[in-house]
Amino acid sequence: MPVIANMGKVNGIVISGAPAVSDAHVLISTPLDISVSDTAVSTVDVTLGIDSLYDVYEFHCIGIHPSGTSLPNFEFQVDTGTNTSYNQTITSTYFQAQSNYTADGAGNFAAVEYSTGEDQGQGTAFQKIAHGMGDENDDSASVILKLYAPSSTTYVKQFTSVSQMNHHNNSSYSGNTYCGGYINTTTALTRVRFKFSAGTIDAGTIKVYGLEKS
Amino acid sequence: MAKTLISTHTASADTSIDITSGITSAYKSYEFHFVNLHPANDGVGLRFQVNAAGGDKGFDESMISTMFVATLNEDGSSGAVAYNAADQAVGTDYPLLNFNTGNDDDQSCSGVLTLFGPSSTTYVKHYTYTGVTSAEDDKVHNHFIAGYINVAAAIDEISFKFSGGNIDTGVIKMFGVG
Repeated sequence: MPVIANMGKVNGIVISGAPAVSDAHVLISTPLDISVSDTAVSTVDVTLGIDSLYDVYEFHCIGIHPSGTSLPNFEFQVDTGTNTSYNQTITSTYFQAQSNYTADGAGNFAAVEYSTGEDQGQGTAFQKIAHGMGDENDDSASVILKLYAPSSTTYVKQFTSVSQMNHHNNSSYSGNTYCGGYINTTTALTRVRFKFSAGTIDAGTIKVYGLEKS
Repeated sequence: MAKTLISTHTASADTSIDITSGITSAYKSYEFHFVNLHPANDGVGLRFQVNAAGGDKGFDESMISTMFVATLNEDGSSGAVAYNAADQAVGTDYPLLNFNTGNDDDQSCSGVLTLFGPSSTTYVKHYTYTGVTSAEDDKVHNHFIAGYINVAAAIDEISFKFSGGNIDTGVIKMFGVG
């Protein structure tokens, strides 16, 4: 499991040597930054820096490339305290714009549609934020996940994500997915886990930002 | 894309939150982040309006907007995304950014409104909104709103309120971008 390699500010303490805080969009950590030549990881856990210091957190997942299986889903879950079950209750929507073009034209399509099966109604599974990804060398997904007030002890925790992914498994497929929902707990969230539904994360970068509170 | 926090506005049973300073030519675009806005009334929508510099300051500029919404009930039923007629066609009312926000103790709405080029004196002013609502009838709405303020004059003030009752609690943060 990768360690947080680029800590900027945790619990209000600025770590010496951290990157300069240039604006209100504060880089907290970079919990994943690997290429295909590095050792693949099964999960990426963000276990530090999710606290009351910021109202809004953004997770920028860039060029996330799967290995070991075809068409996996990229997904996240959260937990509270020091728990590691990652099975909080989530209600979410999920829809996508997609286009697919095959060499012979027979499999061509383009559409915007709701994706039943990617959403969750009070489910405790990992929430998909990109799905059906390709694992060819140039396939990946990039996602921005926004999480509101995870440290609140009053409100359920709302989130949105937008992704762009592709695969080249016998076609040229482009998917643009939108997920929005809430984690149905009033307990403060302290950790986030990212993983693929099958296989490992072969390459990619995840950056955690906090938006300045005041 | 550097963001600068310009101001933070914390609701406390307010009829509206009006931001009357800080929208200038200093930034090309502005983001308004809504964090857990909790209404006093059940099933209300978050709305906004603006004032043009030098105008009547009545928060009544003409706006045109689109709205589509993804929805799912907590029991997993009725998942759908569709255009919604709660858009605004050339109106001067406060257009909706969402609807059906619940007022249970743990319910609220959160999202981001982006306003592009408010200081332009040439173009109409475009905006987009994306956000999540914990709805009154125990469902989730993911709203997508976009539109334009149909005025060429600079915009320098903005107002937020619910369609009924006060904004009991919550935070609105205004960022300049660029």
